[in-house]
Amino acid sequence: MATMTEHDVPQAVSTDPMIPQLYRIDRVRDETDDTFTLSLVPENGDTKISFLPGQFNMLYVFGTGEVPISISGSPAVTSFLEHTTRSVGIVTKAMGLLKPGDRIGVRGPFGSHWPLNEENGRDFVIISGGIGLAPLRPVLYYLMAQREKYRKIVLLYGARTPEDILFRKELERWRGKFDLEVQVTVDRAASGWRGNVGVVTPLVARAPFDPSNTVALLCGPEVMMRFAIMELQKRGVPHDRMYLSMERNMKCALGYCGHCQYGPGFVCKDGPVYRFDQIASVFGKSEV
Amino acid sequence: MIHTLESVIREHPFFQDFPAEHLPFITGCAKNVQFPEKHFIFLEGDPANEFYFIRSGAVSIEMVIPHLGPTTVQTVGEGEILGWSWVSPPYRWHFNAKTLKRTRALVFDAKCLRAKCEEDHDLGFEMLKRFANIITERLDATRLQLLDIYGHDD
Amino acid sequence: MTPKAPRFNSCLIMSPAQLDQLLQVLIKRDYEVLGPTVHEGAVVYDHVSSTKDLPVGWTDEQSGGKYRLKRREDGALFGFVVGPQSWKKFLFPPVARLWQAHRSDGLFEIVPEVRKPTKFAFIGMRACELHALGVQDKVFLQGPFVDPVYKLHRENIFIVAVDCIQAGGTCFCSSMKTGPKAGAGFDLALTEVIQEGRHQFVVRVGTKAGADLLSQVPHEEATPADVDCAENLVAEAAKHMGRTLDVNGIKEMLYRNTEHARWDQVADRCLSCSNCTMVCPTCFCSNVEDLTDLSGQQAERWRKWDSCFTTDFSYIHGSSVRSTPRSKYRQWMMHKLAYWFDQFGTSGCVGCGRCITWCPVGIDITEEARVIRESETFASAAG
Repeated sequence: MATMTEHDVPQAVSTDPMIPQLYRIDRVRDETDDTFTLSLVPENGDTKISFLPGQFNMLYVFGTGEVPISISGSPAVTSFLEHTTRSVGIVTKAMGLLKPGDRIGVRGPFGSHWPLNEENGRDFVIISGGIGLAPLRPVLYYLMAQREKYRKIVLLYGARTPEDILFRKELERWRGKFDLEVQVTVDRAASGWRGNVGVVTPLVARAPFDPSNTVALLCGPEVMMRFAIMELQKRGVPHDRMYLSMERNMKCALGYCGHCQYGPGFVCKDGPVYRFDQIASVFGKSEV
Repeated sequence: MIHTLESVIREHPFFQDFPAEHLPFITGCAKNVQFPEKHFIFLEGDPANEFYFIRSGAVSIEMVIPHLGPTTVQTVGEGEILGWSWVSPPYRWHFNAKTLKRTRALVFDAKCLRAKCEEDHDLGFEMLKRFANIITERLDATRLQLLDIYGHDD
Repeated sequence: MTPKAPRFNSCLIMSPAQLDQLLQVLIKRDYEVLGPTVHEGAVVYDHVSSTKDLPVGWTDEQSGGKYRLKRREDGALFGFVVGPQSWKKFLFPPVARLWQAHRSDGLFEIVPEVRKPTKFAFIGMRACELHALGVQDKVFLQGPFVDPVYKLHRENIFIVAVDCIQAGGTCFCSSMKTGPKAGAGFDLALTEVIQEGRHQFVVRVGTKAGADLLSQVPHEEATPADVDCAENLVAEAAKHMGRTLDVNGIKEMLYRNTEHARWDQVADRCLSCSNCTMVCPTCFCSNVEDLTDLSGQQAERWRKWDSCFTTDFSYIHGSSVRSTPRSKYRQWMMHKLAYWFDQFGTSGCVGCGRCITWCPVGIDITEEARVIRESETFASAAG
């Protein structure tokens, strides 16, 4: 796994890595009717936030439980952490009820990261679906901050309905200001929607990138990634230039509890970001 | 005019490897057409005697669903084909097609083409092969949309 | 018979009585002395205060889904192999509280667990179990994170290993090259010799700590004949293993056969009862449970043993990735014999045979591997 040159991949530092650090909620922003973003500030003022795009934290809600949530903010920001999550289970629902000033436990950052430093001069095609845009947002911040290092950057984004599109304002701003090609499509829409309706797959087929000099980053439902990869393959993008973020049940995030095993690896330490050729033999296999 | 039409048709990916001898007939079935924004190209239930190449603009395929209102299930954009209901009886549109913006297209006289395909099965096969592709793609897409993969898990 | 510091790697002789004295020295040195004992018809690891607490004169008969203790005639102290428990229960306890948290005024504080260091003395650790210890060391100590619970218990262990002089009915340590002779990692290793009216232990010294302990107890130098005798007994045991496993290219062989029909056949028998994972000395999966009391102001985080066979083990996004017995058994076996190499550089299996013995339906990991391997040979022979 390639590493960034500026600093080592940050990992949780603690004598007991199962003990959360204490953070407090600084802001809560509702993104859609079931998705929200938390901004967290460390209770210990000396702590500087450091992570690489693609990594995740384990977030603990007192007494309710702990879940892995990808970091969704800018990696250049050291004073607060952002996490965007859907409210789907007991813990995330409880998380959605937290208010500014409430305390939350944070363990991390864990896991592998998107390959950014060694891909200068390439096209980037970023394929995301639903909440999958959240772990990719740090990538977009990073790329936009050094836009001149890359050629074409294309973001393809599938959502359920127009109301479920995340980070709309930011996408508009990036599209306008930073030469980011953004194509959004939804599964269905009320007839006032003037954008695309349909799946992400045909967008991949037609997106303006050079397959011989492209890095593809994918994050979303496995089914979506499967079909998107088929289109990328058809266009001739090699397997070692495709990266996906995988998800599995996680409890410890340290490589011991065994829950996140995915084929021969652990998603918490070999992933969540995988280069596709490393998992091609198990990806899409039933019940692996 | 016909020369321009023929080159547009010949260069379209849909007609890649299409036998040259059928091109003039196909071109003869085609004409340029333009629609303004928010225009119904066809309505559910109308006779389906055309299909369209979208040259620019976008068209929304929609249904009116009692509790949801008019709902778009697919958009067809530049370079794509609109309409396959001309292929199977009773040759009626199953959905509404409404432009999202000003749209330019080539419209093909499918009634005429159907008759010719019945006579000339080679031509018929070439057309059906290509439309089968489109229908497969739409079916795959529809299935994915049906799975509601971004939706709630519980 | 004068006690003196034995040389490293030397071989010595001890009588059973002297072994008992050794245990007393350990107890006097505040070790928590743990060893095999008989309880409810099985050999389990528990506190021993003298050699009398060991399964003296007991042996075990094991086969697929069967375990019985039977009386021996010779009064051997270690005349059995392994029972349903492994030493992992001391280093990786089945339940462990990780921390507590207290809430007040909407904020909470976390109180780390204060853990007392332990001094375990493991008496009677088998060669396969020594290997299992090394396998778990890799998991808990040599990854990107160190487990503080395992590390704490592991630090002060004193190990008196025992060579197996008879192979168990489901044993295959020879195939796995993990026994029956205890390799590295012990402080002392014993071979029990009962022949021609003699009952004694040939002792190998593995570490300075072992040498130091031995110097507190009467012992004699072993003669070359003693040493040969012990080695022959162990070599004989190696020839009578209850099972064998061909490990040549086993990882690749299993990777080639992830969709083999055999997985469906074993799935018809597997109850997903998780016995195999509980008795296996290397299985390490655990669950993390966050609990509160009724007031909602006190919370605790616990770690508990878990098994990849449980229903929700792989639960994500509304359902389990592995919900069928087929996929669960395949995961367990492929992890044990194949994925483990990619994760930790060794096999996860040490050939102890417990999973075969304690499976209620007698599923045999060696048989499953053999059937899959033979089907390949057959297929290629048939052209």
